[in-house]
Amino acid sequence: MLKSDGLKKGKNDLILVGIILSLSLVGFLIFKLTMKDGNRISVSINGEEKYSYSITDNVETDIITGDNGENKNVLIIKDGKAYIKGATCPDKICVGHRPISKDGETIVCLPHKVVVSVTEEK
Amino acid sequence: MKIETKNITVMALFSAVAIIFSYIEAILPPIWSAIPGIKVGLANIVTVTLLYKFSIKEASIVAFIRIIIIALLFGNAMTLIYSIAGFVLSVAIMDILKRTNLFSTVGVSIAGGVFHNLGQIIVAMLLLQTKEIGYYMIVLAITGTVAGILIGIASNLMLKYSNKLRL
Ligand SMILES: [Zn+2]
Repeated sequence: MLKSDGLKKGKNDLILVGIILSLSLVGFLIFKLTMKDGNRISVSINGEEKYSYSITDNVETDIITGDNGENKNVLIIKDGKAYIKGATCPDKICVGHRPISKDGETIVCLPHKVVVSVTEEK
Repeated sequence: MKIETKNITVMALFSAVAIIFSYIEAILPPIWSAIPGIKVGLANIVTVTLLYKFSIKEASIVAFIRIIIIALLFGNAMTLIYSIAGFVLSVAIMDILKRTNLFSTVGVSIAGGVFHNLGQIIVAMLLLQTKEIGYYMIVLAITGTVAGILIGIASNLMLKYSNKLRL
């Protein structure tokens, strides 16, 4: 009696995991499909917009920040996508970020307070 | 709604254990560093244990003691909001699922782990003003499930030994 109860619960647990994973997949797909391509790449430093490029540009530029210009992030815009090729920040999270191209996507370099984001302008 | 002296002592003990878990998590490198401040929630072991041993009331009292003390010791306003959002969503779903009596401790804890992440993701989306975090929905479901399995197993052990110690 107790054992079959345990088995039944184990089966329910698996169903629960299945439901959770399918719901998150559905959520992800809805999210992905409703994202539109953006047309501009904007770079803000300390929350202030500093540079703006068209997403169709071919850009390789150093974003220099810090009080003495000691911080560097190398921004690349190529084939309609933007990414960070290299950076002097300690965590390198911005470098590991996949290329962005959809409206609203961002790459954040928290240590350097640099935010690269895709926007949509008419 | 009187809480017995013995239960107060046991809850104080579990508060100390929960604070140690949170402390361990605070000094370990972040497992999921893409979003600053987000944690797996080792202290949920204590939440699950208390939920089964007593009720949502005792689990919540201990969790809030832990969250406030950890925020005072190491945290900032941001980690406090993450912790509270993660805890409230996870304990609510766990209490509901536990009452249905359809799932094991591990199943209940899995739902708790996923909702703990969901609460933190919602806060991150609001605080960072970026929709892109929605991409992490799958990651949060998987990490929440794995964390939930481990936390469920650990909670079963904790329940077993605390009963042995007659706590
Ligand atoms: Zn960086």
